[in-house]
Amino acid sequence: MLIGSAIITGLVLLLLTLAWRSGPNRTGNERLWIWGLGVGFTMSVLVVLVAYGVWVGERILARADGALRVAAHAQQWGWEFTQPGPDGTAIVTQGVLYVPAGRPFDIEITSSDVIHSFWVPRLGGKMDAVPGRVNLARLQADVPEVLEGLCAEFCGVGHSAMRFSVVVYPEGDFPDLQADVFGPEDSP
Amino acid sequence: MTTGSQSKTGSDPLLAVAESFTPNPQQRALRLHKELTKVWTDAPGWRGTLTSVNHTTIGLRFMATAFVFFAIGGVLSMLIRAQLATPRGDFLDTALYNQIFTMHGSIMMFLFAIPMLEGLALWLLPKILGARDMAFPRLSALGYWCYLFGGLIIVLSLLGGVAPDGGWFMYTPLSDKTYTPGINADIWLIGVTFVEISAVAAAVEITVTILFCRAANMALTQMPLMGWYMLGTAAMMLVGFPPLILGSILLEVERAFDWPFFDVARGGDPLLWQHLFWLFGHPEVYIIFLPAAGALSTLIPVMCRTTILGYGAIVAAVMGLVFLSFGLWVHHMFAVGIPHMALAFFSAASALVAVPTAVQVFAWIGTIWKGRPQLHLPMLYALGFFLTFVMGGLTGVMLAIVPFNWQAHDTAFVTAHLHYVLIGGFVFPMMAAVTYWMPLISGRRRIKGLGEGAFWLVLIGFHGTFFIMHLTGLLGMPRRIDIYPDNPEWVLPNLISSIFSMVMATGFALFAFDIAMQFLFGRQSRRNPWQADTLDWAMVLPAPAYNFASLPMQGPKGPDLILPLARGEGLLPGAPRGWRELLVVDPGTGKPSHVAVLPGNTVLPLITAGAIGTLVGLLLAGLYWLVPLALGLIVLAVWRWGDIMGTTRDHAAVAVTPDLALPLHWHTRGSLAYRGAVATLVADGTLFASLLFGVAFLSVVAPGWPAPASDLPMLLAPLTASVIVLMLAFAALAARRAEDGRASPHGQLWALLGTAAGCVALLAIAGAALMLDDPRQHARDALRGILLAYAAVHAGIATLLGLRTWTDDRHGRVSLGRRGTAPVWRLWQDFAAVTAAISALVITLQEIA
Repeated sequence: MLIGSAIITGLVLLLLTLAWRSGPNRTGNERLWIWGLGVGFTMSVLVVLVAYGVWVGERILARADGALRVAAHAQQWGWEFTQPGPDGTAIVTQGVLYVPAGRPFDIEITSSDVIHSFWVPRLGGKMDAVPGRVNLARLQADVPEVLEGLCAEFCGVGHSAMRFSVVVYPEGDFPDLQADVFGPEDSP
Repeated sequence: MTTGSQSKTGSDPLLAVAESFTPNPQQRALRLHKELTKVWTDAPGWRGTLTSVNHTTIGLRFMATAFVFFAIGGVLSMLIRAQLATPRGDFLDTALYNQIFTMHGSIMMFLFAIPMLEGLALWLLPKILGARDMAFPRLSALGYWCYLFGGLIIVLSLLGGVAPDGGWFMYTPLSDKTYTPGINADIWLIGVTFVEISAVAAAVEITVTILFCRAANMALTQMPLMGWYMLGTAAMMLVGFPPLILGSILLEVERAFDWPFFDVARGGDPLLWQHLFWLFGHPEVYIIFLPAAGALSTLIPVMCRTTILGYGAIVAAVMGLVFLSFGLWVHHMFAVGIPHMALAFFSAASALVAVPTAVQVFAWIGTIWKGRPQLHLPMLYALGFFLTFVMGGLTGVMLAIVPFNWQAHDTAFVTAHLHYVLIGGFVFPMMAAVTYWMPLISGRRRIKGLGEGAFWLVLIGFHGTFFIMHLTGLLGMPRRIDIYPDNPEWVLPNLISSIFSMVMATGFALFAFDIAMQFLFGRQSRRNPWQADTLDWAMVLPAPAYNFASLPMQGPKGPDLILPLARGEGLLPGAPRGWRELLVVDPGTGKPSHVAVLPGNTVLPLITAGAIGTLVGLLLAGLYWLVPLALGLIVLAVWRWGDIMGTTRDHAAVAVTPDLALPLHWHTRGSLAYRGAVATLVADGTLFASLLFGVAFLSVVAPGWPAPASDLPMLLAPLTASVIVLMLAFAALAARRAEDGRASPHGQLWALLGTAAGCVALLAIAGAALMLDDPRQHARDALRGILLAYAAVHAGIATLLGLRTWTDDRHGRVSLGRRGTAPVWRLWQDFAAVTAAISALVITLQEIA
């Protein structure tokens, strides 16, 4: 998309330069400029782009296929995660989310006060935590590592510090909880 | 019908259109100038400041004030950049930082962009359409005072340390009483609504002026493109602002009285705020863009010595933008958890909006292609627009694609995108517009070099600041954070942005300096310096208070008309009756229909704005028991406005040309005031429709429904509702009878009966209010309270109009030929009756279901 945009920007600027340098041309080809470039060119790019966007969007939707379920609950100003622990039973952690690598998971996002937004830039996707609602997002982390996550919707004084980590562990090899919990991060 | 530009002396361009209009006899231009100036000019000294209603004065005041607010907003942005220049900036504390970025956004949107375009419209439209003033001069002035007072409240709150701090889109619940207990959010909600009075007033005025106040025989399809752009803008403002006004009222009522419109625990939903806000917020972007595009469509052909390519296609593109802009608001909410297929629809609509925009961009490039472009300063800014806006538009298309949006939403990428669109799509074209029309404002030439310097500083500073911000966003930096100690990868891009932002600020300062120097030291400009052929240049420089000594007609090019118009050969020459007279035309064909007599200098708009300001102050202070006093003041002031609609004697038709005499506005039914009332009701109807949307949205989507069973009295409640609706309907009938039987005892009696019926309806509404369930209990009951309040306000206004009709009739201010207030009363009474009936129906359906 970035390359496409660069090409289109270049094209428009090129046309502008050519237009500037061309001698006066009393008639002006309305058909070419309006229908050809304005409507035709723009529509063809957009149709392809939107169709592609819908296809990708559909693929990364949460759907009922028995994927792993985790939960993120936001409040001013920290995150509480519920996920399967070392022995498979659910555990609750503050500020750190544990997910296995290479497996899609659905995350239920909720809030108990104002609107927050769950975002791990490296995993893509972003979903708001809206009071009174449960929002679902499907994510997948490919390799074991520790990722940074943050609140992406402005939520008051503690917004900048409302960070969390995502510990991606190799399937079946749950890391040592103590070492990775950074301690409760529910106040700035 | 063109006459060519060789008509220096002998051949008179007016003779060319003589088959439609006989020219008036030539008079001495200087005598006409003196006569008109006496009637049209502002009062001298400070009285002029307080009483002016002239569109040139008010328009310039709007633009100058907007520029001051732009400077304030700009200083705030410098503070933001200073804070973000280093990862652990301790320049501002977080609470203050939150106030500053909220105020930066709010000021730039509500106190700079919107008022700037209103000012341009007020100042320019009558000139380019060939009229002497806007349709409602006092409304221009009222709008200005509301803007100034509201803006002062908002800006002064920053000095008091209690400025709004919830982000410029004020999402609930963050902005509700629990999470923002202070006055900060109230200042935003009430202050911005105060300022929006000027936006709605301007929208009404622009619509009516473009449709009814053009040069004689200028058909809608022949008007300058600027007319079409501003018409589209005004239409969007009429429909776009009411959802935000409603949202602000609901949120303020929730904060003040705990009525739970947005509280999920009691049947509300924070997403209702987001819908109402973005229903306004997205059209807002096009409201800002269209006038800027209008300026480009006006000046690009002039700068290229040619005509615009594809007039019809551009008009279609403008209409397409107006229509599409109301179908995209959800793309601001892609991450709130809306079903994906609904997102796909809004994604397609958001992408589609690029088509009319692209049509315009290519039409402009095509225009440059077919002409001989000259690199004057306005054209330089236009080129800055092309570079910046195309990139902003393309990132906009990216953001319309849902998966990309999920990633980039609420990051610095979006900040970059919106600045590319707003500075590229609004600020650059506005700077082009200001430099283009500056000779008409100041009457002087600019000082060479300064403007070019400002342009390059702004252009380099802008791209240096914001281009890299796309990258910062893709690196994961969210919006609205004040420190980022753990992200070393964001340090360098932020520092670069901060440094270049200072370059940009220097550029804007130089631009302001250039304007000031031009006023002080510029040499006298010659007439029509750009050799444009629109009517705005068919006058002496700087523009006189009355614009045209005699009025132009469609056909001859602007420059050919300067002399004949100044000599009084056009329509309606001079001010022989000592009145400010305006030609009113048929909206489609531009055929002259009547002559409106406009109000002169008056302090009434200031007093009215002061009364509204009193109300605003009381609401902010929480002194609700004093509110009736302020409402009384407002009614008293507005009562005086109605004087212009009646007169105690019949007036003869006025000679517009030797063989065309037209009636004065008192003698027509379709007066400008009546058209203005229609336009106001379009906005008002949209407000009501938004309220119904709120009812439907909450009952279908919000989690806390169905509501607990209500305690409405089984028999008494339907009975009261019927009384309200029947009385309002009866009053509507009485209004018809009163108009038909005007100037007779019979008509007077009907006016009295209608007014009395209105009073009964008001009493019944008060009774109904006592029967309602406690509005704090559930959103359903809170919404019913609002529906009832809406009915009360409209029944009240209609009843006052009935009273006005009755008093006018008693004092002989109507006659068989003069209808006075009655037509407007009829309109409002119908509206009040219909909306009350719909509200009653909605509540009944809720009770049955």
